Amino acid sequence: MPIKTNSLMKILVCISNVPDTTTKITFTDNNTQFNANGVQFILNPYDEIALSRAIELTEGGKGSVTVINVGEANTEATIRKALAIGADDAIRINAKPHDAWFVAYQIAQYVKQNPFDLILTGRESIDYNGSKVAGMLGELLDIPSVSIIKKLDADGDKATVEREIEGGKEVLVIPFPFVAGTAEGVAEPKIPNMRGIMSARTKPLNVVEATEVRNNSEILGYQTPAPRGQVKLVAANEAEKLIGLLHTEAKVI
Amino acid sequence: MSVLIYTENAEGKFKKSTFEAVSYARAVADQTNTSLVAISIGDVANDQLSLLGKYGAGKVLTVSNAQLKNFVNQAYASVIASAAKKESADIVVLSNSFSGRGLAPRIGVKLDAGVADGVVALPEIAGDKFTVKKTAFSGKAFATVQLTSSNKVIALVPNSYQVVEKPAAGAIEAFSAETKESDFKAMVKEIVRSTDKVSLPDAEIVVSGGRGLKGPENWGMVEELAELLGAATACSKPVSDAGWRPHSEHVGQTGIAVSPNLYIAIGISGAIQHLAGISSSKVIVAINKDPEAPIFKVADYGIVGDAFEVVPKLIAAVKEYKASA
Ligand SMILES: Cc1cc2nc3c(=O)[nH]c(=O)nc-3n(C[C@H](O)[C@H](O)[C@H](O)COP(=O)(O)OP(=O)(O)OC[C@H]3O[C@@H](n4cnc5c(N)ncnc54)[C@H](O)[C@@H]3O)c2cc1C
Ligand SMILES: Nc1ncnc2c1ncn2[C@@H]1O[C@H](COP(=O)(O)O)[C@@H](O)[C@H]1O
Repeated sequence: MPIKTNSLMKILVCISNVPDTTTKITFTDNNTQFNANGVQFILNPYDEIALSRAIELTEGGKGSVTVINVGEANTEATIRKALAIGADDAIRINAKPHDAWFVAYQIAQYVKQNPFDLILTGRESIDYNGSKVAGMLGELLDIPSVSIIKKLDADGDKATVEREIEGGKEVLVIPFPFVAGTAEGVAEPKIPNMRGIMSARTKPLNVVEATEVRNNSEILGYQTPAPRGQVKLVAANEAEKLIGLLHTEAKVI
Repeated sequence: MSVLIYTENAEGKFKKSTFEAVSYARAVADQTNTSLVAISIGDVANDQLSLLGKYGAGKVLTVSNAQLKNFVNQAYASVIASAAKKESADIVVLSNSFSGRGLAPRIGVKLDAGVADGVVALPEIAGDKFTVKKTAFSGKAFATVQLTSSNKVIALVPNSYQVVEKPAAGAIEAFSAETKESDFKAMVKEIVRSTDKVSLPDAEIVVSGGRGLKGPENWGMVEELAELLGAATACSKPVSDAGWRPHSEHVGQTGIAVSPNLYIAIGISGAIQHLAGISSSKVIVAINKDPEAPIFKVADYGIVGDAFEVVPKLIAAVKEYKASA
């Protein structure tokens, strides 16, 4: 991937269209298909954070933000929402997002023709939770990737990021271009204002066709977690009994 | 053919989740009648490396040099993929940890392999058909995924597979890895660890507080109970949004999904987004003053009462239990 050529920062934010967080997840066709009936779809909450940070980093003429989605025409409401929040333009790669590999491959094909300084994804999509697109993109483009970041500051031709590790954090300095998956802490989600909503309708949304690629995974079916039994109540004035039950009955302490 | 297990270390020591992944990989090697090779990267002493044989590693490859001392995602992925090629491993197993989630997709692309993340059970293998069970919809469901590629990468969720002793040779061998200059662009500047605390994703017991606790000044009893139980502390989203607790403690659909043996929810209502992150807990305890709170629908044990009265009683009871044990 070419290195940036001028001082304006070009950021690409990958966005996914996911069931609203309040959705009760059910399946049809003998538990092989997600039941989208009556489900409200939203911009993946982590992608909203990524987009919000991208807008902060480019505000005041410092650069531009493009959002990209791999999806069919029904994702356009979510794309328009991203434009309303403040992205400058949008790309939709017209295909059903088969899996993370398919999505990453399509985005990489686009980026090879249209270079960016920074590519942001969410830490994971709240439907398939792979945390995979960022790393796959990094590998396909042969640039660094960090999967879960809590902070990102740009400084000239490099950025300082904080990555989450078990029981702590790691601070990294990474030269552009690179890919990062954002989590909470990176930015406060921005809410579209009236002007944003009005201008979103006229901002460019370019549809490009997908490239063929071999799949390497298939979802065969789904299960919902086994229902839990009745709750066993302990009276508040005998709270200490709970500890005994957790030891002798549940055997967890 | 063989199975390759990447054994992640933290400051030179293997964690329980690493031994879980080794045990899991051993079982996969048994299922496929192949051998198990472990790879360790960074400074790990021989007494640690020799533990890997105990859980079934036939051979332990070790790579250690100044450049690879700290975790560098791109470079570690190159090392692991080159080890997989050298050992003709068609299955690579690693832990679905923060670092594992950075590595799995990169290794997958390098090996032209399907990647199964968030895996919670052994694969089912029938002839050419290889399927795994993984979490989906932020813990609200599981998906059965078939990996159709000949190479496969599996990232195992901590605390979802038992550590099993299965002694094997575990011969330690130095491995010289193929990396390239461009693998080292990202530089680690600083690592900050809160060493006194149990890390949330690995914890076997989690004590979690919600808005019912009223304010950050009331977390003393949550921390005391957690410390006594050897547990990690956690919270609901509004609690971290308000800055009462750090974001890294936020559990749920848009936070961390945990799978401890015991999850204790104090002053948490049990909104669907919170439940998504705790549904794979083995036992759930709820303490809430509202008997109608939805958390009681998923809890195994519950106390309807005021947390400010109940939690101190629990602390006293744990102290007593520990004194008598
Ligand atoms: C897009 C989106 C994503 C979200 N993601 C998450 C997520 O990942 N995780 C998450 O947790 N939430 C998430 N939420 C928020 C979620 O909907 C709930 O608002 C949140 O979980 C409620 O937190 P709570 O239980 O701490 O607070 P509340 O719902 O206010 O509940 C407080 C509880 O404390 C009890 N209580 C009060 N005083 C006492 C006392 N003295 N003793 C005992 N009990 C007491 C009350 O009875 C009540 O049940 C998300 C929301 C949205 C819109
Ligand atoms: N269909 C898609 N189109 C564009 N970006 C996507 C798509 N699916 C996932 N992503 C991006 O990849 C991130 C991680 O997704 P996942 O690997 O599925 O957990 C998301 O937060 C998005 O930023």
